[in-house]
Amino acid sequence: MAVARVDRPRPAAAAPGAGGEDGERAGASALARRHRRTRRLTALAFVAPLVVYLAAFYVYPLYRNLDLSLRDYTVRSFVAGDAPFSGWDNFRKVLDDPTFGPAMRHTMIFTLVSIVFQYVIGLALAVFFDRHFRLSTVLRALFLIPWLLPLIVSASTWSWMFNSESGVVNYLLHLLGVAPVGWLTSPNWALTSVIIANIWIGIPFNLVILHSGLQNIPAELYEAASLDGAGTWQQFRRITFPLLRPVSAITLLLGLVYTLKVFDLIWIMTKGGPGDSSSTLATWSYQLGFGTLLPRFGPGAAVGDILILIALVFGLLYIRVQRRQEA
Amino acid sequence: MIRTRRSLLAASAAIGTLLSLTACGGGSDSAGSSGSAGGTYTFWDPYPQFDASSAWGKRVAECGTKAGVTVKRTAYDTTDLGNKALLAAQQGNAPDVMMVDNPVVSTLVEAGILNKTSDLGLDTSSIQKNIIGAGTLDGSAYGVPIGANTLALYYNKKVLSDAGVDAASIKDWSSLTAALKKVKAAGKKGITFSAINTEEGSFQFLPWFWGAGGDLTQLDSGQGVAALTLWKQWVDAGYAPKDVLQNTQTTSWQEFATGDYAFGENGTWQLGNADKAGFEYGVINIPAQKGGSAPVPTGGEFVTVPVQKDTGRYDVSKKIVTCLTSAANLLASDTTLTYVAPTSAVQTQQVAQNPELKPWVSAVAAARGRTSGGLGTKYPTISQQMWTAVQSALSGGKSPESALKTAQSAAEKGSS
Repeated sequence: MAVARVDRPRPAAAAPGAGGEDGERAGASALARRHRRTRRLTALAFVAPLVVYLAAFYVYPLYRNLDLSLRDYTVRSFVAGDAPFSGWDNFRKVLDDPTFGPAMRHTMIFTLVSIVFQYVIGLALAVFFDRHFRLSTVLRALFLIPWLLPLIVSASTWSWMFNSESGVVNYLLHLLGVAPVGWLTSPNWALTSVIIANIWIGIPFNLVILHSGLQNIPAELYEAASLDGAGTWQQFRRITFPLLRPVSAITLLLGLVYTLKVFDLIWIMTKGGPGDSSSTLATWSYQLGFGTLLPRFGPGAAVGDILILIALVFGLLYIRVQRRQEA
Repeated sequence: MIRTRRSLLAASAAIGTLLSLTACGGGSDSAGSSGSAGGTYTFWDPYPQFDASSAWGKRVAECGTKAGVTVKRTAYDTTDLGNKALLAAQQGNAPDVMMVDNPVVSTLVEAGILNKTSDLGLDTSSIQKNIIGAGTLDGSAYGVPIGANTLALYYNKKVLSDAGVDAASIKDWSSLTAALKKVKAAGKKGITFSAINTEEGSFQFLPWFWGAGGDLTQLDSGQGVAALTLWKQWVDAGYAPKDVLQNTQTTSWQEFATGDYAFGENGTWQLGNADKAGFEYGVINIPAQKGGSAPVPTGGEFVTVPVQKDTGRYDVSKKIVTCLTSAANLLASDTTLTYVAPTSAVQTQQVAQNPELKPWVSAVAAARGRTSGGLGTKYPTISQQMWTAVQSALSGGKSPESALKTAQSAAEKGSS
């Protein structure tokens, strides 16, 4: 999860052959060439496992997915492996589908709202825990629990809590004299409910990354600022926030990609329902491919491609922003 | 240099993390069988709840021994089995014998991976027409039903008598709704069922849909609207809880088992749990709109023999299938699985052994296959639209009419 970068110095150029005579020089350079070749082979041997790994687990599935989305697969041609090439048909079908609009809108709302709240709450908690008060480590560890729980456990728990008949959330509302809310059964609330659960799950990730970013801000800056009479808010605005910008950017990008593809949480809590009021591109893709008795692999894969494309666009956007910051 | 490297990193992070999703699209599964080893025959079923030491596990092993081979049994989750079968067939390593949920049979036939029972020489003449119907396409059967289960209404005797309702008086929809009203007035809860947005939701809705006289090729007919209006009216009036939208048949059963509900729509497979519920219960058939029993959908698996390259294996496969499904052995198989047998002779034996099964046998007699009547692989598309319509109507998003109208046009578009 953490982004590690190893910058090694380039290998020094092969030592030039010493000596004055031509023959001797030719011999030396042949030796150097052989030397260089074995070196290159060794390098290749080191890279090979990675390349094989990338090809087997990244390139091939990606290629297969693209292939699925560009062919007209029925169950028969899926088994026989002779599905005809159908160009953009699957994409056209998906874009024309009345589910597409709502699914796209839900995906965007789900992703953006989740990220904003995860980031703001994560940052607030990170700043809070940066103060090193008593028990702060224990408390911080407790905040990591959502991250440690298997998703099926937390999603089922949220689903029980939000149950409209016997859920603890409605019970609390009842104690406060508020009418019960159909958290997962009303089309107006289902998306909100899954977003709330997703925010809760995403906070620890933001907290951890931003907290580690805070550790890298030199304490002298704060000392100097307070000598100059800067208040807490000013210190946060003028020092903490600007210096956290690179960490924030990568946190937001990773958060975005993770949130775009969230599937299990929604599937466990609402299955995209009621109706399609909480369906996102991810759940819809699964629904198409595996959700009914008759799988529709082509359109399902097409929706998957669209998701990748969206993530890619944001990835490129991140790179641009990064460039501008470094320039 | 550094910059491009970081760019690459960001881009690959973006792509990489999405891969877990796309891998579903085209992943192939090699964890299947590698059958052809001498005397080992592979057998798949959707009963992960039964391990090798269970009565069912022992039965399967025994049938292998009788056929002179070792049976390697693998149990998958029922929702998983259809896709697993397709993938295995694509890789050319389908199991020798496979038990699948009946509506999946037509999908697998469409994929061309099942043998006709007539080609294998299996005798299916004694099996009730409506039960084998789900696995019959263009007049040919593609599997042997091991048994059938179906839906009926469980009722809580105490809740009904406290509310002054006589279960025998429930003959049609209006008497049922009247009973629910009385139960609610007595401070108890009316009825629970499953209206979840999966196949289970359609399965539970069908008795009402068919009970109104609805036809699956015309979801938005007046009959279809009547059935959905009945459910919606129950939810709106508080006779049924809002969370039916999330209920699977298991969670719906758990609600009924709390003892607060008068009725629960559920299946044969809950009989064992019903005895443990701690209150007296009864079972009535689901009423049709204007009286009589509603046609209910059949549940239950078919024993099928997938196509193999090595046709020499069929002889032994046939022996295994016969061992599990022949008239003489059905009683044992169905008692093990708590299914109603697919032949009337065995049904009579079952009722003699356990009188509780009586209403279930009559329900099965009136049952229909979901994919029967030439629907075949059109059914999955229709079913998906149907459960979506049920969800949007019950959640209050749409009226039953407009929900079913949307469903009908989407179903027509989807199957074209």
